[in-house]
Amino acid sequence: MNDNLVEIQNITFSRSERLIYDDISISIPKGKITAIMGPSGIGKTTMLRLIGGQLKPDKGDITFAGKSIPAMSRSTLYQTRKSMSMLFQSGALFTDMSVFDNVAFALREHTQLSESVIETLVLLKLEAVGLRGAAQLLPSELSGGMARRAALARAIALDPELIMYDEPFAGQDPISMGVLVKLIRSLSEALSVTSIVVTHDVNEVLDIADYVYILANQKVIGYGTAQQIKQSDSPLVQQFLQGQADGPVPFHYPAPTLQAQLLGEDK
Amino acid sequence: MNWIIDIGTNTLTKVVGIGRAFLMLTGALIAFPQWKNVRLTIKQIYVVGVQSLLIIMVSGLFIGMVMALQGYTILVDYGAEGSLGPMVSLSLLRELGPVVTGLLFAGRAGSALTAEIGLMKATEQLSSLEMMAVDPLRRIVAPRMWAGVIAMPMLALIFSAIGILGGHLVGVEWLGVDSGSYWSIMQATVEWDKDVVNGVIKSIVFAIVVTWIAIFKGYDAIPTSEGISLATTQTVVLSSLAVLGLDFVLTALMFGIN
Repeated sequence: MNDNLVEIQNITFSRSERLIYDDISISIPKGKITAIMGPSGIGKTTMLRLIGGQLKPDKGDITFAGKSIPAMSRSTLYQTRKSMSMLFQSGALFTDMSVFDNVAFALREHTQLSESVIETLVLLKLEAVGLRGAAQLLPSELSGGMARRAALARAIALDPELIMYDEPFAGQDPISMGVLVKLIRSLSEALSVTSIVVTHDVNEVLDIADYVYILANQKVIGYGTAQQIKQSDSPLVQQFLQGQADGPVPFHYPAPTLQAQLLGEDK
Repeated sequence: MNWIIDIGTNTLTKVVGIGRAFLMLTGALIAFPQWKNVRLTIKQIYVVGVQSLLIIMVSGLFIGMVMALQGYTILVDYGAEGSLGPMVSLSLLRELGPVVTGLLFAGRAGSALTAEIGLMKATEQLSSLEMMAVDPLRRIVAPRMWAGVIAMPMLALIFSAIGILGGHLVGVEWLGVDSGSYWSIMQATVEWDKDVVNGVIKSIVFAIVVTWIAIFKGYDAIPTSEGISLATTQTVVLSSLAVLGLDFVLTALMFGIN
């Protein structure tokens, strides 16, 4: 039996003639936290959208629990999405609903549970993220960190098999960041849920991730456990971990030489 | 040669856009027969319909009053001021009711729909619905589409009714046209199927087009502040032009060929 919940097999993906991934493969083991790291703009969020079936790869396959996501019909895809959830970078809470209704949303849409059962479930989810007291607040009344925790409560409402975190630590103060790190770890352990964390916050994610993939230049440049990644002798991996401005991942966006451009030689 | 490439690219982009708009419309219309959506549709009828009532009623009143004033000054020269009733009512029921309501609806409700859906896209709410296995076409687009199609013909009828009362206020109460002739000649002249029903058909067509443009422009907006601003402007401009253009076509079909 395959221990991987998600298998990304040799996918190539481009957008507006720009190549994002060039024949890359990633395995997401069941019940573990897998981090996908890489510089900004490398297409980390795109990877989550591919797994969620919002985008389709040009080549290759993505499977979830053994079933091919790109080959699914629309109705099967929507059915499959009930087993996965995604924490968006912005939280993406519905602004016209209270925190309680946001968390209850998926339960009301997909289950026939009575309102009293839904209330109990929602309060338990909110308790898990420490926001039971904020149930009646509107998203506009929450701080950035609270909004992300509320979105996390909404993401776990249907007890998914897979949670995808899109830059969960971006723009968070140290306390919120610590809270989120603790929540991701404890949710993973308590619910045995498979987690994919897409981020470029190296230190935070290396503390909690079981496996790490580093993407750059359309390829996977490093893979292994957090310890293996830290000890990697790949200059690409070390450049990323140590935050060096220039190196194998170039500082400059591809362009003709400055001299050629200033002297008009490229025209 | 670049301009040939540009023409080709732009044409392809427009054709693809129209294709996407049709797909969205089809998805939305198919999505209607669900009980949960009925509740959402009623809420949207309140938002796009009831909340547009004030502007529709005030505009209808003033347009009816102005028409009575203008009509009276011309008709009185020929001693035909008794025909003020049919003049006001036919203009409103056949043309001004559906057309001005369409234009006001595009400005008041259409722009709001585009901005709302565009912002939902920019703040990833539409994506998060998809990831929660809730189809945005069913949850967001369909209720708004049906609400527009249901609300606008009603608004157009209210507009015409208030306009006729405005015409009565100016023509009969202020300028002294006989109240009996205002109503009775109107009653004798206005035909149910030719005038009222055709006006309602027009407003249903305008409702479909305006709501469709508004929702699609929001759904297809580039998710940035500039993109949403552009989409909102395009909604008002395109909807207004579509209403005026379609009005000519429909008038030609309904009244032009005997």
